[in-house]
Amino acid sequence: MNQPSQPDQNSFEGPACPLPLQHVDEIVIGHGSGGRMTHDLVARVFHAYLSSPALAQGDDFASLSLPGAGRLAISTDSHIVKPLFFPGGDIGRLAVCGTVNDVAMSGAAPLFLTAGFILEEGLPVDTLQRVLASMQAAAQEAGVQFVAGDTKVVERGKADGLFINTTGIGLIPAGCQIGGALAQPGDVVLISGTLGDHGIAVLAARGELGFETQIQSDVAPLNGMIAALLQAAPQVRVLRDPTRGGLATTLNEIAVQSRVCVQLDEDALPVDPAVQAACDMLGFDPLYIANEGKLIVVVPPEQQAAALEALRAHSYGRAAVCIGRINAAPANRVLLNTLIGGTRIVDTLAGEILPRIC
Amino acid sequence: MQFTREFRDSDLVKGMLAKIRRSVTRPWVLMEICGGQTHSIMRYGLDQLLPEEIELVHGPGCPVCVTPLEQIDRALDIASRPDVIFASFGDMLRVPGSVQDLFSIRARGGQVKVVYAPLDAVRIAQENPDKQVVFFAIGFETTAPANAVAILQAQALGVKNFSVLVSQVRVPPAMHAILGAPQNRVQGFLAAGHVCTVMGYWEYEPIAAQYQTPIVVTGFEPLDLVYGIQMTVEQLERGTCEVQNAYPRVVTRDGNRAAQSMIARVFKPVDRAWRGIGVIPQSGWGLSDAFAEFDAEKRFDVSHIQTREAQECIAGKILQGLAKPPQCPAFGVRCTPENPLGAPMVSSEGACSAFYRYARQ
Repeated sequence: MNQPSQPDQNSFEGPACPLPLQHVDEIVIGHGSGGRMTHDLVARVFHAYLSSPALAQGDDFASLSLPGAGRLAISTDSHIVKPLFFPGGDIGRLAVCGTVNDVAMSGAAPLFLTAGFILEEGLPVDTLQRVLASMQAAAQEAGVQFVAGDTKVVERGKADGLFINTTGIGLIPAGCQIGGALAQPGDVVLISGTLGDHGIAVLAARGELGFETQIQSDVAPLNGMIAALLQAAPQVRVLRDPTRGGLATTLNEIAVQSRVCVQLDEDALPVDPAVQAACDMLGFDPLYIANEGKLIVVVPPEQQAAALEALRAHSYGRAAVCIGRINAAPANRVLLNTLIGGTRIVDTLAGEILPRIC
Repeated sequence: MQFTREFRDSDLVKGMLAKIRRSVTRPWVLMEICGGQTHSIMRYGLDQLLPEEIELVHGPGCPVCVTPLEQIDRALDIASRPDVIFASFGDMLRVPGSVQDLFSIRARGGQVKVVYAPLDAVRIAQENPDKQVVFFAIGFETTAPANAVAILQAQALGVKNFSVLVSQVRVPPAMHAILGAPQNRVQGFLAAGHVCTVMGYWEYEPIAAQYQTPIVVTGFEPLDLVYGIQMTVEQLERGTCEVQNAYPRVVTRDGNRAAQSMIARVFKPVDRAWRGIGVIPQSGWGLSDAFAEFDAEKRFDVSHIQTREAQECIAGKILQGLAKPPQCPAFGVRCTPENPLGAPMVSSEGACSAFYRYARQ
């Protein structure tokens, strides 16, 4: 019998078996499978920007040696921001600086970071690469190493491009005592620069304001400036970065933790005129707008001058000023001497900031 | 000149306060109409700096506060429909209706969008032709022109899936209601500067004459406010009852004629209920017949709304200047910005919110 040969559906090497698409330009669900596509993405994209001896080891964990004695400071933060790129920064720089700064507020030297990525299906790999390059640059500036990471992919519509969680580890030198509960009556309150730049820059970048601004986000790693500050003024009692909720909310936390009154002078508060104008137009108060590169310092008055000098010597602290002082009473309150000589409460932010109607 | 910092100048304000102190000889009760003025007064602690003879009571000029509960419940009903995108000024999102607010509608999947300008809502309608886009057109004379423009624009562009839920109110009828009430204490008014930017102040002249009450158009910065107070006090001490303008850098007697004619084209005067106060004749605007097709109340069936007001809230007394927020037993205890019983605790123009944020004991 001379039967015709079967069509080549049984032939595993025939031309009917197509090569799988490479998907090098955008994220697809398979990149989160844990299989070869994930490994390829990690090796090709992530390791190109984030690398360290610990990551190169390829284990499920990082084994780290600490460079000296002291206590560990650990902080974790998840970062979501719309848009992903805004004047002065992007989600990558934010994810590194946010966590580096939280660790540094203990007086610690930040050493290591981990990063968890949640990527939305369809995210251009090019966008991811830009974010990673920004993270690499910020980590270099801060002097920290990425030692562990994770990637997951969610279906399109389940995330805004990408979310990043970072955890930071730092070493607090022996003898260093800094914390929100340590403010004492008589201390002075310093701020390293202008208020509200980040929040207004991001709001403007969303294009919803109906007017354009030149305002840049202040997002920056503050650990270098903090190291210089602690050299010059070792008696610093409280360090805090006024991020979400702004200066007002952060100072209320300090007032409650330390059971003191924070008394501010309105005419000392540094606000960029463009930020003030945007706030006046929208009915916002710059005291409640987020910052990502500013530092609140509470220090005994005898070290005020040294602290201000150290801050102003650093590029992120040029506009540092004294904005108020710590009083014993009324405890747990932030008060403000207004421009015209009245006094008022500065309350914690209640919920989402909403623009007024008219 | 930045037109802000100069009007917050401590020396100028103190000079004006000294002038007031020199001219005042007996107690006077002044009402600032606008919630924006109330917030400015509390934010800068201006009330603490006035001579004790002068009492400021806080007026009804908070658009969110006076929007009636029925209208808010209608908004919530419309916003929770799956085919609707509901656009609103941000301040409205936290205002409690009978049982919930727009934030909770959004959390449960309703599409509620904050817009900064009414025209944004028209744009959203163009971008979402398969959805009904409803804009919550609330406010005083200040928001009316922009709201009117949005409706005119939708008509000109033939945007069929756009409609408005209107709760537009006017200041002069409220002043009549306050001055005509038997329990009235108000002896002089600081008229709302931005309302007068649109409407001018010719409308107030008959009111000042009828009730023998001075009315001074006043701005919102500390210096504007003390200037308005000074002019009002001087009139009271002299026994005159004129309409004066303490905000001439923005306001003229005629106001913005183009804006007024746009309002007259789109809206017609109607009786309106004010939350906590009740119906005030001819105190609001509704869509005129030529624009009835844009009326969300006609497009959606919202006739079944049953309202339930929080019993303890004394918003009505607050809005008429008959009580101050700390006199409410619920203030700061059962009623806070996080858990408000009434709108004045929510809005950035509400008197209760101003007292809570800036001056609670």
